[in-house]
Amino acid sequence: MNHAAHLPLWAALLVAIFLLIGAGLALIGSFGFYRLRNFYDRIHAPTLGTSWGTAAIVMASMICFSVLQSRLVLHELLIGVFVTVTTPVTLMLLGRAALYRDRSEGNPEVPAISTPKGRLDKPQLTKESESVPHNSKNMND
Amino acid sequence: MSVTILFWAVTIAQIALAIAMVLASVRMIKGPRAQDRVLGLDTLYVNSMLQLLVFGIRTGNTLYFEISLIIGVLGFVATVALAKFLMRGEVIE
Amino acid sequence: MSKILPYPLLTIFLIIMWLLLTNFSLGQFLVGTILAFIAVQGLAALHPAKPRLRRWDLLSKLIAIVLYDIVRSNIAVAKIILQGSKRERISGFMTIPLDLRDSSGLALLSVIITSTPGTAWIDYNSTQDTLLLHIFDLVDETAWRNLIKNRYEQLLLEIFE
Repeated sequence: MNHAAHLPLWAALLVAIFLLIGAGLALIGSFGFYRLRNFYDRIHAPTLGTSWGTAAIVMASMICFSVLQSRLVLHELLIGVFVTVTTPVTLMLLGRAALYRDRSEGNPEVPAISTPKGRLDKPQLTKESESVPHNSKNMND
Repeated sequence: MSVTILFWAVTIAQIALAIAMVLASVRMIKGPRAQDRVLGLDTLYVNSMLQLLVFGIRTGNTLYFEISLIIGVLGFVATVALAKFLMRGEVIE
Repeated sequence: MSKILPYPLLTIFLIIMWLLLTNFSLGQFLVGTILAFIAVQGLAALHPAKPRLRRWDLLSKLIAIVLYDIVRSNIAVAKIILQGSKRERISGFMTIPLDLRDSSGLALLSVIITSTPGTAWIDYNSTQDTLLLHIFDLVDETAWRNLIKNRYEQLLLEIFE
């Protein structure tokens, strides 16, 4: 880590803080992903790592190399943009695939295919969450 | 001083990301269903991408950036293909 | 103009991306421009539906709101995960009827909803214009519906329609 000797203290502190935030968020996200009980809960956890987890580490890397090479190094931004654009695609596809599989198996946990048109005037929001009884206490064990 | 700070921050971050990778792989192996495994693979990809970025800060080498970009692209394509397969595979059935 | 350069924004973005991946010099700029030109012509051959933005000024407001919300929900979801079993938590699906029809507006809404931890876009029913979401912490359904409808969809409607 000899290159770090050229880094001024403020830059080192900033890089360290961003690194710890990013890695911590990624760890919490993966921990939640490991720990949560059902798939639709688990789909939320990795977004911690892909939103600000990635952003923080990308920022740390940008600060570190910009200060070291004393010019603006921005190519890490590409990773940030790329991750922000692609994560919704993968998560949406996975969510739809999971919903499709659960519906084709007749799993009672997921909402049925669609409500009739007339009932949409008064959106029925409580129905779905009530029909998920053992969803409600997810992390009790 | 700044070497010490950076050394410990990088080490802690790498350990945290390594634990995150292990947790994602455990979920990928345990399942229980195919979509959990695919999501586990995706999480593993993202975590290893971040791990390589931190490696880049550790070594001061920008080459790691390219590796992590490639890992990100591969992970995206793999996850999309697998998610498509999860839907299509059942259609034929 | 539109024949030679059908997607000016995309061209600029591709050139910037090329310069970031290599380095900033005149030669690389020329190579990047040529590549971007070819790529844009290739995209134009596919005739994708062209997104039309009506209000550019509101886009930055939307980005600021979304970034703030992502920070907030990051903290909220991290708290819930770390608290573990100490706190009673309800998660579940909810359906939201949408007024937004524009496909690029819907794409942007899906990016916003999915990249915010705590909400996941599961399915969009285009015949009934309803959106199926999964909410991680479904304590107050009206609050979530207000968040989607008033905070995001209102702005997106103004931007795209």
